[in-house]
Amino acid sequence: MDALAMGNYGAYVWSCFGLTLIVVVLSAWRARARHKHVYREIEVQIKALEEHQ
Amino acid sequence: MWKFFHQLASPPHFYRLAATLIPWLAVPGVLLIAYGAYAGLFLVSADYQQGDAFRIIYVHVPSAYLSMMAYMMMAVGGGIGLIWRMKLAHAVGAAAAPLGAAFTFLALVTGSIWGRPMWGTWWEWGDPRMTSELILLFLYFGYMALRSSIDDTAKADKASAVLALVGVVNVVIVHFSVEWWSSLHQGQTVFKKGTMDADMRIPLFAMLIGFSLIFGAMLVSRLRTEVLFRERRTRWVRELVLSPEGGK
Repeated sequence: MDALAMGNYGAYVWSCFGLTLIVVVLSAWRARARHKHVYREIEVQIKALEEHQ
Repeated sequence: MWKFFHQLASPPHFYRLAATLIPWLAVPGVLLIAYGAYAGLFLVSADYQQGDAFRIIYVHVPSAYLSMMAYMMMAVGGGIGLIWRMKLAHAVGAAAAPLGAAFTFLALVTGSIWGRPMWGTWWEWGDPRMTSELILLFLYFGYMALRSSIDDTAKADKASAVLALVGVVNVVIVHFSVEWWSSLHQGQTVFKKGTMDADMRIPLFAMLIGFSLIFGAMLVSRLRTEVLFRERRTRWVRELVLSPEGGK
């Protein structure tokens, strides 16, 4: 409980660490999701072009 | 050495190398952050003046450091792209901007939350460090808006490189604001001798290196996507996509 209370600064300390975790995880997830999306789009375009030819 | 840099600037070579590089940056980064956060939250003693609120330093300082570092990368990338017309250099700026904006946002919010119990206010408009950091966030937004408003990649690269170079002035102001003007924000402590106990400093360095490695992993991942998109009409991308193993 002492670790959670952080000498009455718990709300400030934990909100900072929590927000940092959320932003870093979201940034990493977005980087990966964007790569998958761009790759898939290019793959569809190239394969459609190959079939057309 | 030069051969290595020359190869690195080659998009297909970089694309393949980046896939290998990402886990080598991310795994030690996560481990260092886990150690730094645990030690910073539970092992290090409370500060004699700020009590446990000082522990916010372990997320605030790495975020603030990366907010400036990302902008410097954008500016250096823009400069190299303008002078030597290196395509990969412009792509670095495009990949670094969203990450820089995220860390600037974190630096501002964690700084504001730390400021409330220490200074008695969430925000002070007259404070040079806070205001210049907010301007840095707007510079990131402006950079990203400028890039997305121009369809021609070459023109977007040039315009955004100029904006990045002009905005460097603000990074210098952010860094030296606490020395040049009177500020609510404390002066430089991390790299100054005698300002921080070694027990407090070691987890902070672990967090700084860990955050930098995670930033590096995310930057390389974004840069890989940027390279793929820019090179989508080239033969090597066609061969990569049509190869049985693919290149995800």
